[in-house]
Amino acid sequence: MQRIGVFVCWCGSNIAATVDVKAVSEALLKEPGVVFSTDYQYMCSQAGQNMIIDAVKEHNLTGIVVCSCSPRMHEATFRKTAKAAGLNPYMVEIANIREQCSWVHKDMQTGTEKAIILGKAAVAKVNLNAPLTPGESSVTKRALVIGGGIAGIQTALDIAEAGFEVDIVEKQPTIGGKMAQLDKTFPTLDCAACILTPKMVDVAQNEKIRIFSYSEVEAVSGFVGNYDVKIKRKARYVKEDICTGCGACVDKCPMKKVPNEFNLGMDNRRAIYIPFAQAVPKVATIDPNTCNMLKNGKCGVCAKICTAGAIDYKQQDEIVQEKYGAIVVATGFNPISMEKFDEFAYNQSKDVITSLEFERLTNAAGPTQGKLLRPSDNVHPHTIVFVQCVGSRCSACAEKGKEYCSKICCMYTAKHAMLVRDKYPDTDVYVFYIDVRTPGKAFDEFQRRAVEEYGVKYVKGMVGKVSPEGNKLKVQASDLLNNKQINIDADLVVLAAAIEPDKSARPLATMLTASMDTNDFFTEAHPKLRPVESPTAGVFLSGACQGPKDIPETVSQASAAAVKVVGLLAKDKLTGNPCIASSNELMCNGCSSCERVCPYGAITYVDKEFRMPNRTTKIRRVAQVNSAVCQGCGACTVACPSGAMDLRGFTSAQIMAEVDAICK
Amino acid sequence: MTKNMNDLREELIRMSGCKPSKCMSCGKCSATCPAYSEMEYHPHQFAGMIQRGEIEPLLESESIYRCLTCFACVDRCPRDVQPAKLIEAVRLVAIREQGKNRLKADQVPGMLDNDIPQQAIVSAFRKYSK
Repeated sequence: MQRIGVFVCWCGSNIAATVDVKAVSEALLKEPGVVFSTDYQYMCSQAGQNMIIDAVKEHNLTGIVVCSCSPRMHEATFRKTAKAAGLNPYMVEIANIREQCSWVHKDMQTGTEKAIILGKAAVAKVNLNAPLTPGESSVTKRALVIGGGIAGIQTALDIAEAGFEVDIVEKQPTIGGKMAQLDKTFPTLDCAACILTPKMVDVAQNEKIRIFSYSEVEAVSGFVGNYDVKIKRKARYVKEDICTGCGACVDKCPMKKVPNEFNLGMDNRRAIYIPFAQAVPKVATIDPNTCNMLKNGKCGVCAKICTAGAIDYKQQDEIVQEKYGAIVVATGFNPISMEKFDEFAYNQSKDVITSLEFERLTNAAGPTQGKLLRPSDNVHPHTIVFVQCVGSRCSACAEKGKEYCSKICCMYTAKHAMLVRDKYPDTDVYVFYIDVRTPGKAFDEFQRRAVEEYGVKYVKGMVGKVSPEGNKLKVQASDLLNNKQINIDADLVVLAAAIEPDKSARPLATMLTASMDTNDFFTEAHPKLRPVESPTAGVFLSGACQGPKDIPETVSQASAAAVKVVGLLAKDKLTGNPCIASSNELMCNGCSSCERVCPYGAITYVDKEFRMPNRTTKIRRVAQVNSAVCQGCGACTVACPSGAMDLRGFTSAQIMAEVDAICK
Repeated sequence: MTKNMNDLREELIRMSGCKPSKCMSCGKCSATCPAYSEMEYHPHQFAGMIQRGEIEPLLESESIYRCLTCFACVDRCPRDVQPAKLIEAVRLVAIREQGKNRLKADQVPGMLDNDIPQQAIVSAFRKYSK
C-alpha cells in the first residue's frame, strides 16, 4: 500500500477564488492510501517545495499528488522536488485543478466538486504507480537544416561556428531563398544581394557545411539525437563536382522560351540554367520538362559546348542516407495565389503585379535591368497604386485569403513607394491601407519618411475593384478619412499579397511528427518561452515556417534555433522518457497490430522460444519495443487486441483506476 | 445608447445573420459600391453605425432605398460582414412600420412600360413592401 501525501495549491487566487482548497484537502485525506494532506498558497515556491520534502520525511510518504496547474507547467518542478526528498520522480502525479477546473468554472461549488474528483483520480493512479528509471541514448553530432533561405543559411552558419557539422537540404538549384529575389531591404535600404551573397559564399566555403541543393527530404525516422534521413538528390543532369559554372552551355542552349521562375515568369531562361549570377552552388541545372535532349533525344548542344564534360543526360535521382542528431525546419514562405481575386484583375492585366514581382522589376538583375517599366508595354508608369492586405486579415473565405496579418507588407510597401518616388519623382504613388502596422526598430520612422519626405500618398481605405480600360487601370477605392469614393487612372497596380507557408511544409511536418496550426505554420513548443523549438524533441524552427517574419526577425530566430541545436549536440547522452511501451510476451499473440500503428518504428517482432508443459518448448513470434525509439504515445496499447502492450506510467490498470475514481 | 436601440441592434443582427463587430473598417465594401454616390450613408458606415447603436439616422435615410442589393460588397468583404444584408435588415425594419410601405400595390400599374422588365417591378415590390 502506498503512503500518499496530497498537496493542494491555491495558486494565489487563480485556484483559491473558485475552488475551496481546504475542502479539497480534507476530502482527499479520506481517500485510500492518503496519509497526509495540506494546502498552501504557492506550492511551486521554494517554501511550498520544502513543505513537500518535509512531509515526505515526516510521514514516510511513497507517493505524492499535487493538485495545482497543468502538468505542462510544473510537473518537472515537482518531480525534482520528489527526487530531492529521496523519492522516485515518477511517484508524483499532478491533478490539474487550475486550467481544467478553476479557470473554466465560475461557481465555487462546482469548481470544488470537480477539483475533488480530479484529485481522487490522481490518488487512484498514484496507488498503482511504480518507480521508473529513464534510459539513455547517444547523440549523433550533426544537424540537418531543411531549407536554404536566409533562415537556413544563418542557422547552418551558427551551428558550424560552434564546431558541429551541418547539412543544408534545398529543393531549388541554389540556396538563397526569397531574400535572393529581393531588391532592397527595409529599413536601411541596403541591397539584399549585397548582404546575402557573402553569407551564401560563407556557407559554400565552410568545411563543416554541406549543401544538398536541388534535393528534398524523402523520409525521416528515428528520434531526438538519432535521426535517419533519406534525402533525394534530384537529377540535375550536370555533374555538380565537375561543372565550373562558366555558363557557356546556358548561352548556347537553343531552348530560349522557358518562363524564368527566379524572375517570377516575367522573362525567359534556357532549358539549362543557373538561376542567378551569385548562385551557390554555381552549377548549371537542366530542366527535364523543357530540354529537347531529355524529352526526345534531339539536341545535345550543351554536352558539345561543355569543355569540362560535366553534362550527363543519363543522371538519375539519387537517394542518400544520413544520420543527424537534430533537425531544423526552415522551409519559409510564398506569396498566396492571386487567382481568386478577380476584383483586382490580376489575371486580366499584366500591369497588375504582386509585390514580389515588383521587387524583380526594380532589381538590376531583373527582367528590366532595374528600370521601372510596365510589363505590358515596357513604358515607364506615371501613376502607381499599391494595395495592402490583399488576402491578409481575410476571414470571409479560406480559399481566398488568410485570417492572419502577414506582418511584412506594410514595411515593404513603404519601401517600394519610397524607392519609386526617389528614383522617379515624376511618378504619383498611392498606397491604400487598412491599418499601417510598423512595430520594429526604426520601422515607423521609415514609413513616415515615405509620407513626409517622399510624398507618397497614403489613403486609408481599400481598393474595391481594378478594371483595365485601354492602357489604363481604373482603380475604384475608398478614402475613409474623407468619406469619399475615389477613382484613379493608374498605370501599374501592385498587390501586397498575403504570405503562406511553403507547400512542402505539411508533408514534412508529417514526416517529422511535428505539429502545425490550421494555417500550416509549424507550432512552437511554447508561444513565449520556447519559440524556436517544435513540441517534437529534436526538431527546431527557423524563420517564416513558424509564422510571418521579416529578415531581422528571421535571422534572430535562426540564430536562436542554432543555439538550441548546439545545446543538444553538445550532450554525449540524452536522458529518455521512461514512460514507454512494453510488451508482455506471454500475452502477445504476434498479430503485428502494434507494429503497424507505431509512428516511430519502435516495435519489431522476434521469434522466441517459450517453455511449454512437459518440458517441451515452442517458438512464438512476439513484439519487442526499442526503448530508445519509443516516444510513449500509447497508440500500440490501444491497438493490441490481447492486452499485451502497456505503457509504463500510464498502464491500463492505472487509467482504469482513474476512470473508476471519477465515476465512483 | 438607449435600451430600445440596443434591442433594435440585436434584432438587426438576428434578422440579417451578420456580425457587424467583425468589420475592421477597411472600406472595401464602399470602394466597390456602384450606388456609392447616391447614398448618404455608405455600406461601411452601416456596419459601424449599427454596431454603435446609431440606427435612427439609418432608418430615416434614403440610403436604405438606394442600395441596389447587387451584393458586390458581400462578395468582396474580407471579413464576411455582408453589408448588403445589414442594409436590407434596416430597410425591413423601416417598411414594417405601419403605413411605411415604400411601394404600394396601386402604384405598380402606373410604372408599367415597355422599358422596365416586369421582373424588376416584381422584385422592387418585394423589396419595398412588407
